[in-house]
Amino acid sequence: MARAEPARGAAGPPVLEIVEISKRFGALQANDRISLTLHRGEVLALLGENGAGKSTLMSILFGHYRADAGHIRVAGRPLAPGDPRAAIAAGIGMVHQHFALADNLSVLDNVMLGSEPLWQPFTRRRAARERLRALAGRFGLPVEPDALVRELSVGERQRVEILKALYRDARILMLDEPTAVLTPQESEALFTVLASMVAQGLAVIFISHKLGEVLRVSHRIAVLRAGRLVAQAPASECDPARLARWMVGHEIDEREAGPAGSPGETVCALRGVVTAPDARAGRERLRGLDLVLRAGELVAVAGVSGNGQRHLAELLCGVRAADGGELRLGDEPLRADPAWLVSRGVARVPEDRSAVGLVGELPLWENALAERLRTPEFARGGWVRRAAAREQAERVLRAFDVRGAGAGSSARALSGGNMQKLILGRALMPPPGAPAPRLIVAHQPTWGLDVGAVDFVRGRLLQARDQGAAVLLISDDLDEVLAMGERIAVMHDGRIVGDRSARAWSREAIGLAMAGGGDAARAA
Amino acid sequence: MRLERRDETSRLALALAPLLAVAFTLGVASLLVRWAGAPVGRTWSLMFAGAFGSVFALAETLTRATPLMLTGLAAAVAFRARLYNIGAEGQLYAGAIAAVMVGGLHGGASLTVPTALLFAATMAAAALAGALLLLGPALLKSRLGVDEVVTTLLANFIVLLAVSALLDGPMKDPLAMGWPQSVALDPELELGRLIERTRLHTGLLAAIAAAVLLWALLRFTVWGFDIRATGANSRAAAFAGVPVGWTVVRVAALSGGLAGLAGAIEVAGRTGYVTLDMSPGYGYGGIVVAMLAGLHPLGVIAASVFVAGVLVGADSMSRAIGVPTYLADVMVAVALIAVLVAGLFARWRLRWR
Repeated sequence: MARAEPARGAAGPPVLEIVEISKRFGALQANDRISLTLHRGEVLALLGENGAGKSTLMSILFGHYRADAGHIRVAGRPLAPGDPRAAIAAGIGMVHQHFALADNLSVLDNVMLGSEPLWQPFTRRRAARERLRALAGRFGLPVEPDALVRELSVGERQRVEILKALYRDARILMLDEPTAVLTPQESEALFTVLASMVAQGLAVIFISHKLGEVLRVSHRIAVLRAGRLVAQAPASECDPARLARWMVGHEIDEREAGPAGSPGETVCALRGVVTAPDARAGRERLRGLDLVLRAGELVAVAGVSGNGQRHLAELLCGVRAADGGELRLGDEPLRADPAWLVSRGVARVPEDRSAVGLVGELPLWENALAERLRTPEFARGGWVRRAAAREQAERVLRAFDVRGAGAGSSARALSGGNMQKLILGRALMPPPGAPAPRLIVAHQPTWGLDVGAVDFVRGRLLQARDQGAAVLLISDDLDEVLAMGERIAVMHDGRIVGDRSARAWSREAIGLAMAGGGDAARAA
Repeated sequence: MRLERRDETSRLALALAPLLAVAFTLGVASLLVRWAGAPVGRTWSLMFAGAFGSVFALAETLTRATPLMLTGLAAAVAFRARLYNIGAEGQLYAGAIAAVMVGGLHGGASLTVPTALLFAATMAAAALAGALLLLGPALLKSRLGVDEVVTTLLANFIVLLAVSALLDGPMKDPLAMGWPQSVALDPELELGRLIERTRLHTGLLAAIAAAVLLWALLRFTVWGFDIRATGANSRAAAFAGVPVGWTVVRVAALSGGLAGLAGAIEVAGRTGYVTLDMSPGYGYGGIVVAMLAGLHPLGVIAASVFVAGVLVGADSMSRAIGVPTYLADVMVAVALIAVLVAGLFARWRLRWR
């Protein structure tokens, strides 16, 4: 798809002016005097690492936060700060990364929700349906108004979110990492829609940290780093290397996982594993998954989120039982029991650090010991051996460089990166005498971390692999999969649809397999 | 206007919060006293004297604090694990009736059992009755996701009606001249007096010991870690290998057992038999005590004495000066709200713009 040329009016007065916006959260300067303008018919990409301040800026624009300093003008008029309704009334629409849709309502209901006054006795569904259809046709966003949202695919849900904003007469549309949940093919469709929107005079702010797509879809690119606007340039004058340099502040050397010799014996084998979807949480399931993990090998699992990766991770972390198939760890059947897995040398890094990895209210040392508190080294007759426990906790905190809080303060005080270091340390650093981990299951271990922490986490995983552990890395981030995996397995609809050495994959082939094509089509 | 989490919670603010809450409570109550047309200063001095001003007053306050302490602990430990046990009132009555069944009916049967053994059996029966009563709701919660607030609350009424039926039926004391009153506990089993010529009994020591034991359990044992982790974040607890369902069941047994024990100690220490008005809402009062104490077992000791002092002091003050005893209920309620709000502001700040 060719980049849409800025529509007429691009040279006129800006539709949006962000002036000297600053916002501080405690010690963190999330936004530091950021100024940006946006014109009609323009796609402005906001680029930056996780934590660079993109989301904060958008939240201020949409009225979720109030800036400490600075102001915003829409079409020349000042925007009342801290008020989402004012933002909507001014024509600002936002598509969040995590959709804000009611699953149990129809598309039409979701679109109408909140757009009608409460005192109106009847809803004007007929008019609303017509309007929705008209909008869908105009921008190329086909939806079925009466379908229930829970029946829709992720890509369709995103369309509903966009239509919701358009229905409220959005003239400025913000998309927060819209392609994170899409297959490459679905992303293409989205880019076409964006082109048609700007051709009709809308302005779009496109938030991403993927360089390629940013260069493709945007007219102008603004790069944030550590809360500051570090660069701004027309997309035609940018190239990936330059953008990457702006984003991280220095040249990045692509980490090459490199071959680590020949993989050793089989550590974990899954054959024909089946799980049923949870009653309430989506359609995710496994339907006949085969996967073998060998000592000294890092296997990266790619896939669009929701295709069974979570179930796979939960199975290997012991918090979900399989409904069928064979799971073996070494020469034993794998048990759905976290304590048993830990005792057998399985190191587990869950997807959600703060909700599953740590108990925020409890002190660091208890969190660092949570997995092993029941073992004789740390408990005797039901009483915790506090001295031994704290000593081990201090070792973990030191070795994994957990900063920001002492062993006695609550884990909630940690930043995301330090939380992840703590979880990683707990998993990878057994107390003296206990065996080193032989299987490591890491689900989205670098999600939302800053560059330094990402590097640290990846380094530790590779180090553990070099010491002979089998590593399973499940990630939604294709770049991470490509950078880390010696073997890459692609999941689609509850199965591994392609599993071969990283050298035998191209990015396109992975994208195709993620969408259910490729190997899956051949097998069918 | 919105709430924002404070970057760091100062220990000073956390320590100051309950004091400010009490000051606020006194302020609100002072307005009411003025409204009732009484002299504020004299009302407070009478109330304080009535609660703590003499050995007799203090003994009376501590007598009232004893069951509150036990039901407060029952609520505190359950709430720590996010098991919202609103049924301490029913568990207390179940414990009381079970105590009399073992330690009272026996008296008529003239079995010869050593007193110490019978006493232990009496208390154990009471704890077991309370525990079993909470086990049902706990299992319904952990197996089927049934809301325990509803089941434990409604169980209170069932238990009270069942006790009422027993008091008019098989457990009725034939010598009570038609009053719905249970047979008496074997006098051998009654608790000793801590202070002569007062009602204060050794149950207070048992309650304090229970608080200290519970504190040690929560702080120093694996089980205590299980309880705290389960309550704070059950998903993370399960991920780390804490047996979450089993923890909830054990907490239910502990919480119900403490509430049942409160009933048995009331019978053995104060009344000697079970009546339908033996508890003026100690089970519900325990929830207030636990919340005032911030769910801390040692805090429960102080909070139960405070609540009992307000109740006893208000009784005494009311007799002397004519301000209705409702003032006590208002004070306890305001204190609870003030403590919760003060705790909130210690951790969060209000932003006007």
